[in-house]
Amino acid sequence: MSEFDQLYREVILDHYKNPRGHGVMDDADVEAEGQNPLCGDEVSIYVSFAEDGDTIDEVMFSGRGCAISQAATSMLTEMVKGRRASDVATMPKEDLLEEIGIPLTPVRMKCAMLGLATLKIALHKGKGTPLPDEWAGMDEIELK
Amino acid sequence: MAVTAQPKLDAAKLRADFPIFEHPVHGKPLAFLDSAASSQKPRQVLDAMTAFYETSYANVHRGVYELAERATEALELAREKARAFVNAPAAREIVFLRNATEAINLVAYAWGLGNLGPGDVVLVTELEHHSNYVPWQFIAGKTGADFRMLPLDDQGELRLDLLDETAAGGTVKVVAAGYVSNSLGTVNPIEQLARWAHERGAIVVCDAAQAAPHRRVDVQTLGADFVAVSGHKMCGPSGIGFLWGRSELLEAMDPFLTGGHMIRKVGFEATSWGELPHKFEAGTAPMAEAVGLGAAIDYVTAAGLDAIEQHEHELAAHALDRLAELPRVTTYGPPADRRAGIVSFNVEGVHPHDVAQILDLEGVAIRAGHHCCQPLMQKLGVVATNRASFYLYTVREEIDQLVNGLQRVREVFG
Repeated sequence: MSEFDQLYREVILDHYKNPRGHGVMDDADVEAEGQNPLCGDEVSIYVSFAEDGDTIDEVMFSGRGCAISQAATSMLTEMVKGRRASDVATMPKEDLLEEIGIPLTPVRMKCAMLGLATLKIALHKGKGTPLPDEWAGMDEIELK
Repeated sequence: MAVTAQPKLDAAKLRADFPIFEHPVHGKPLAFLDSAASSQKPRQVLDAMTAFYETSYANVHRGVYELAERATEALELAREKARAFVNAPAAREIVFLRNATEAINLVAYAWGLGNLGPGDVVLVTELEHHSNYVPWQFIAGKTGADFRMLPLDDQGELRLDLLDETAAGGTVKVVAAGYVSNSLGTVNPIEQLARWAHERGAIVVCDAAQAAPHRRVDVQTLGADFVAVSGHKMCGPSGIGFLWGRSELLEAMDPFLTGGHMIRKVGFEATSWGELPHKFEAGTAPMAEAVGLGAAIDYVTAAGLDAIEQHEHELAAHALDRLAELPRVTTYGPPADRRAGIVSFNVEGVHPHDVAQILDLEGVAIRAGHHCCQPLMQKLGVVATNRASFYLYTVREEIDQLVNGLQRVREVFG
């Protein structure tokens, strides 16, 4: 696979052009906004829970940014549906990286992790789940 | 300025002096279009530094032995070259530092803390690089001075008509303005700004990081009171730059960094400062880097600043023409005849990161982001742009390589 095909493989472009879970949720249970001020990727994450208040029923995201950040977040929404908040709060970034399936430089890593970081913040704000100990290069991300 | 017919710059010939171009990137020839971030180095600069390390290295100014004398001479020769490069009246007005950012911080702290207070106005422009924006914002905050910003028009040029209004209701003390914008390539009328500032008793701090490598800078006619230069942007090594300042201002200022070398006498009761420029050069100087800068000054001067300026002007015009051929590509900044060798642009519907990434795979290095000009990005209504910037080693083919790369971007993203 050429380097080009590797980085912008079909799956990434598909998620970028047809993002899953894209939109604003008016009646979200928890939400958060994340930005990478260095390059202007922005994402807002909205989560609604099932009756048990812990299982993630639906995740949506809105925002703008590079193909990696938007595609990764789109993949993320599919990955976390039906999982428990406490699980997702401690989900290792490697899980998402595996799903994305391409090698990422430190700069693009921040793009890829923005959605996950923002989701974890949303869960922390809304459910009190723990924030990760180390942000591994995400310290330049602005999280509200 | 003597008016002589300067030979046209032969970029292809100069390019052969730069070892970095020998190495392909992702299997493609390197199109390095990011000189505004930092410039590549010719063998002559690298050799000068190696020679210094191999034959003349010792700590400067204090040693009595032969090597120390040689090292001192080398450093002071570099200082004299810097003086001549900007036509400063005296070498004692040249302070070696790490880069333009450090130079501006020196002025903000060493001049600003002692000269600013409530009721004073510190004026920056909407075009400023963070290095000539944030230090002033910070020092204004510390001293209680008012921090204000002169806006731009839609072509990316300063609203000089709004100077009085922007500074109204306070005593303007500092005007901080870049000579050439690193994002838009706008060339600011520093002489005009300086006249306005001096009439009101204000000093002018000019960020010449994007100017000094690419066009003549003459501090005796520019009008600014302080000029900051980054050596690494003009074929010099990383870690060296210099500040030029008027002696009377430098003499009156507190030092910036204190410690060894910048003193005259140290005692428990009191310590006195050394004379210029040593007062502002605490600790061991970046000696080899200064020697590298001296060699870079020689190199750039031999190529000819006017020839460089003309060469970049032609490249910018070519780039703007070629980008105009592409559908849904927006360029920012003044028209070709008024701008330096910098072109910022966006590709509709494609984030700059993705543009830059695909271009990288085609061997083209550009910068994507806010270019340390977040206020300007806000003005343009974008979060980021792509930027191509040129230098004495840039050839037209690199711009064509960029345009081919952008066609590839369009193929991928539609």
